[in-house]
Parts: sequence; structure tokens; C-alpha cells
Amino acid sequence: METFLQVWPVLWMSLQVSGLAVLISSLIGLPFGVWMGLSQFSGKSLIVSLVHTGMALPPVVVGLLLYLLLSRSGPLGSLGWLFSPQAMILAQIVLDLPFVIGITMIAVASVPAELPGQLRSLGATPNQVRWEIVREARAGLLLAVATAFGRSLSEVGAVWLVGGNIEGQTRVLTTAIVLETGKGNFSVALSLGAILLIVALIINLFLVRFQWRVLP
Amino acid sequence: MNRPPVYELDAVYKKQSDSFSLEISRLVIASGETLGLVGPTGAGKSTLLRLLSGLEMPSSGAISLWGHRHEGNNIESLRRVAMVHQRPLMLSESVRYNIEYGLHVRRVKSAQQRSDPMLERLGLSRLVNQDARTLSGGQLQLLAIGRALVVEPEVLLLDEPTAHLDPANVALVEDVIGEQKQRLGMTIVWATHNLFQARRTASKIALLLSGRLIEITDRETFFDSPSDERTKDFVQGKMVY
Repeated sequence: METFLQVWPVLWMSLQVSGLAVLISSLIGLPFGVWMGLSQFSGKSLIVSLVHTGMALPPVVVGLLLYLLLSRSGPLGSLGWLFSPQAMILAQIVLDLPFVIGITMIAVASVPAELPGQLRSLGATPNQVRWEIVREARAGLLLAVATAFGRSLSEVGAVWLVGGNIEGQTRVLTTAIVLETGKGNFSVALSLGAILLIVALIINLFLVRFQWRVLP
Repeated sequence: MNRPPVYELDAVYKKQSDSFSLEISRLVIASGETLGLVGPTGAGKSTLLRLLSGLEMPSSGAISLWGHRHEGNNIESLRRVAMVHQRPLMLSESVRYNIEYGLHVRRVKSAQQRSDPMLERLGLSRLVNQDARTLSGGQLQLLAIGRALVVEPEVLLLDEPTAHLDPANVALVEDVIGEQKQRLGMTIVWATHNLFQARRTASKIALLLSGRLIEITDRETFFDSPSDERTKDFVQGKMVY
């Protein structure tokens, strides 16, 4: 693992797994978080508590549970996903979703309570009001996506367990760093760590650029 | 021929909290009139305006708007009414976006043709591209009035619209609203704690005290020969609450 040609497949796998996990988490989590932020219903506090608990899920525990579910004798064994990128994406979705939902929910709920009424008294329909609230919360929505991406990219425990760290198939930057550290190749592990940080920095610079545009 | 009243309120009761409720046995607001709604802080002026705007529904009783029950979900009726709130909130966008918001939700194509003269009249033209959240309190209030007026409502509900303005801008707002009323024949309900302003702007004045409508009469009678002792005391600046 010393040349770019050796690092590139690992980096590309990291980007694919994290990117797809964040995309799917956002497609599910952003609408659900918006709905949670806008709605009042009995049992909401229970769901909020569950979401917050989900933020504290230990990745290794998630990995272990998915391992048992996806193993050949497990209920989802027929999918044949264990030690595949699909299993890694699934693990990261489970870890990302609470963050996307929770941050989105807080961002939407933080829009001043009087704003919907003021927009309605200017002639906005309920759907137009909802849309405008989401737009007002857009910095928070971007933060939700950025947080999920950061968590995905840096996650190691769950993806190791369900992905197996197979070279050329399921090896990502974080699992490669653990492997190289175990082998005593600290300079390689540090180089991979630097690549991971640079990738995270580039993506966050891109997201923050959008975010600052909408902040006062 | 007399036009039918814009609003009719019958036995309207609104419980706002354990310590405050609004109760109005009968209130009729005629088309084209400017009703000044006066009373001390906490008298129920804002609550009444929110009921008239359809933002809140009464706990009991009936409010009709142009002869139809005011349910708050008929968007066509609601779009004939605009309200300026006491503490206006702006969207995280430019001054232009905010002043044209009511036009955009109505899919008005010539939004700029309506907003530009209003921005000019309110002295906000040079701020048109500025983030509305960076405006001063007074500028926000002017923008809030502008965004309500550009939609050319048939009914304008004003909740202390000049509370944060200096005397020159108070005069400007009163002038602009007067011009629009002249042009559009709007019906206006103007809540204010400023009796001088009510005298300058309203054709009819109603006094609210502790959620109850004490007296409603034409401007001259209200100030010169009110029938209720509490109105006399209020006009004379005595503590009546």
C-alpha cells in the first residue's frame, strides 16, 4: 500500500460507500426530520428520544447486529450481503440516519414559531409555508448531511465487521489504516490518515461554502 | 346601494390562556371603513386581529367574512386579507424577495412593477439587494408594511405597525397607507395604543379592555362624547385597567 495505484481503489471504495450511505440517509432522513420538526403528535417525544439514542449507537454494536442479521444463518442471510459493499452501506445508513433526522428536526423546529402565521397572512398556502420553513432551515439541513458524511467517512468498527476488510472489494481508508497500524506500518497508516482528512476537508469546504451563503 | 359588511362577529369567544379570554358579543366592520382598535397592552387587540386574519379560530361563536363563515382554510378569501404583525419576521433572503413574497405565492408575474414603486415610496430602494435580516427595526417595519400593501389586499389588518418607527416614518407610513386606501378602497383594522394615531387615521374606533369590547363608535363620538365611562377615562389618559 505505497503507491497511488494501490491507494486509489481504497479511496474510491470509501467515497462510494460513504457517498451512497449519505445519499440514502438524506433521502430518508431529511423528509422524516422535516416532518418531525413541523408536526405535533402524541408519542413525538418517544420518537425524539429514540432518534437521540440512535445518535449514541456504538458502531461496533451496529456492526455486530448486522453481522448476525446478514450471516448465512441470519434472517437476512439470503441476501448474500455479508462482506460486501452493500452491507457496509447498510451499516453506515443505520449509523447516519439518527444524525440526519435529529439535526434536521432541530433545524426545522428552530425556525421562529410566528413565521408560518406571518407567511399565511401574506397569502401563502400551507404547502408554500412548509417549503419556506425548510428553506429557512437549509443551513441546518446541510449540517445534517455534512455530519453524516463525516461520520460515514471516519467509521471503522461496523464496516470492518460486516465488510471484512477484503482487499480490492471492501477495504476502505479507515479499515486500511487499522490494518497497516496492526502490521506496524505506521508511516503508511499516517499517510492514509492524511488522505482521509484531506478528502473530508475538501468535501466539507464544499458544503460549508453553501452553508455560509445562507447564514447571516 | 350599501355594500355588505366585510366582517360580522357574533358571540365570539376565544380562550387564550387561563387568565385571558376575548369575548365579543357583536362586531360589524363595514366595507371601506378604517376601524381603529385601541386599548392598553394585553387588552386583546392582537388576538382579535389574528381571529380576523383567520390565523386563529374562535373557541366558540361565528366570524363571517363577506357573508361566508371565516374558516381560515379558504385560500381565496385569505388572499383578500393581509396583515402586518407587531414583530415582523423576514425570510433569510433579500429585501426584494421579502417584499415580493406575497406576489410570488399568488404567481403574480409583474411582481417588480408593483414592488419597485413601493420600495421607492418607503425609502427602501437602495436596500433592495440587502439581506432583509440585516435591516434595522424601523426598516423591518417599513418592509413589513410594504410586503402587505403590494399584494393590494381588500382588507388590511395592522397590529401596531408603527411601534418601532420614528415620528417621520410614522407620518410616512400613515401617508402610504392613506394613499393605498384611497386607491384601492381597502377596509382597514388598525390596532394601536396611540390615541392620536387612531384619531388621525380611523373613521370608527373601538375600545378593548381585558378582552371585552367596551365601546365602538365613530371617531368624533369616541373622543368627544363617549357613552361609556371607561372610554371617557381612557381618552383622558386615566388608568382604566
